[in-house]
Amino acid sequence: MSTLVIDKAGPTRKLGSMSRDRTWALRWSYFFLVLFAIFFLTPPAYMLITSLKSSAEISAATNPWWVYHPTLSNYVELLTSNQFLRFFFNSSMISIIVVIVTMLISIPAAFALARMKFWGSTTLATGVFLTYLIPDSLLFIPLFKMLAVIQEFTGITLLNRWYVLVFIYPTLTVPFCTWIMIGYFASIPKELDEAAIIDGASWLQTLLRIFIPVALPGLIAATIFAFTVSWAQFLYPLVFTTSIDQLVLPVGITTTLIKGDVFNWGQIMTGALLGAAPPLVIYAFLMDYYIAGLTAGATKG
Amino acid sequence: MADVVVEQGRLVRSARPRKAASLRNVLGRKSTVAFFLTLPLILLIVLLVLYPAFYSLYLATLNKAMTKFVGLGNFTFLFKRETFWMVVKQSCIFAITAVFFKALIGFIVAHFVHNIPGKKQRKWRGMLLVPWVIPPAMSTLAWLWLFDPSYSAFNYTLSFFGVGPIPWLGDTFWARFSVILVNVWYGAPFFLIMYLAALKSVPDQLYEAAAIDGANWWQRIWFITLPMMRNIIAITTLFSLIVTFANFDIVRILTSGGPLDRTHLFATWAFQVGIQSSDIPLGACVSLFMVPILAVAAVFILRDVNKRGNEA
Repeated sequence: MSTLVIDKAGPTRKLGSMSRDRTWALRWSYFFLVLFAIFFLTPPAYMLITSLKSSAEISAATNPWWVYHPTLSNYVELLTSNQFLRFFFNSSMISIIVVIVTMLISIPAAFALARMKFWGSTTLATGVFLTYLIPDSLLFIPLFKMLAVIQEFTGITLLNRWYVLVFIYPTLTVPFCTWIMIGYFASIPKELDEAAIIDGASWLQTLLRIFIPVALPGLIAATIFAFTVSWAQFLYPLVFTTSIDQLVLPVGITTTLIKGDVFNWGQIMTGALLGAAPPLVIYAFLMDYYIAGLTAGATKG
Repeated sequence: MADVVVEQGRLVRSARPRKAASLRNVLGRKSTVAFFLTLPLILLIVLLVLYPAFYSLYLATLNKAMTKFVGLGNFTFLFKRETFWMVVKQSCIFAITAVFFKALIGFIVAHFVHNIPGKKQRKWRGMLLVPWVIPPAMSTLAWLWLFDPSYSAFNYTLSFFGVGPIPWLGDTFWARFSVILVNVWYGAPFFLIMYLAALKSVPDQLYEAAAIDGANWWQRIWFITLPMMRNIIAITTLFSLIVTFANFDIVRILTSGGPLDRTHLFATWAFQVGIQSSDIPLGACVSLFMVPILAVAAVFILRDVNKRGNEA
């Protein structure tokens, strides 16, 4: 388009210089993109490189960026260790349950907030957004004390049990998921659910038959978000769980694989890579939903 | 939000104007239904967010054994400690520097991605977003290994350029630098994605008009791109400021606050004081100091979000 404008405005020589400018701009863009890609991808690449090395090769002062004797022994060792599988199991259980709980709480709430005007609905929607802005590092101490107090009064063991995280994580996932689901639900044309109501559908039927199918992309984005957040959460499990069989993956790797001053880097990097794998795989397959969720959080209002 | 709400009660009224009694039933049912639909959400927020927030205020007024009310004793104690002021300073340096560089890198890279042909953008965007996808605790371990004192891959590479071994995590300046670097690495892709979405929404005609008027690239950015993206930039920056200010994972894994507490942030120091040294009231007190800046940022975000809602 711009070349067309230049064509009309100036002599042909100028067109040539313009397109040459564009070619150079493109080349520079690629050059800098490659530089930034190197910066962004070095740590994950280095994880992979180190995970393929044996301890002997890591401690020999060879070129750290190259694997001379690739071995899968780190992977075999971790994937056959009960402890590591236990971390993986805990993480998966927690993340899956949290995703389900989050969806059960936030979809009905978002539906009510987006479509049923009731006393205080606008305030509640704003409140949900504000809750999303409260970070975990503000609440971990009172939550820790709360759990201890409840444990004392009821005799139910809450601290140092992985399932307690299932109750805590929704505080991180539900506000955001509700918020973006409100956005998605609000963007559905009113005519659609009006038609359903005229046809005699109940509120529940409108939600299940109209809203959820139409807002499915938003639902997938919210699910991915909830899963990623609960998988990556580090502070709460670090505070609330201590026994080795109750740890989740991020905490397990950082606390058990680092033994005193001895860092078994091959295994740590393998563990970190395996821990990063589920979100990465989801991202690889559902990138567009992931990005839609990311941008919807701050822009849908 | 209000303009998108269907007045479902009114709709029912116009469709079935027969009985006033059944209408009242319908209306009654609607608010009841709405109440039950939002009840779990309200319970969650009240019990696990609001209650702990106020409980933390209460905790902050107790003594270490949590047996005696000491009023503002914990606060005055903190004000007298040098470490506290250091943490305040470090948190501010950390958050402001990291957010600034995240925004800058995100803005620059977004332009590069926007420049290249549409088909290839997807691939590049996918590649550049990887740091944001990896759980920060996991990727920070990779950085920790890259910074390792004896086998640092960075120092190995730098030695070829004649740059001496850098004590990445051992020296105050370099430790702060490393912590900020890792945070920028982790957060810049978020800005990139947001800015890229914003760049795509700027109409091409504006740039064409500017090109006809003879604007150079700097004027195009200053007079078109920035004003058009102002809202997104504001929201993203404020949001990132909150998240960065409250950051825990990176500092905890990379330095645990060291050397000599020189990289502690509010969150990591609160963890050390409150959980590791089991002085819960003092820890609660430390983390409460995050509230003012979070509140200010939240107010501004809310204003911008509401403004956007009204425009749409």
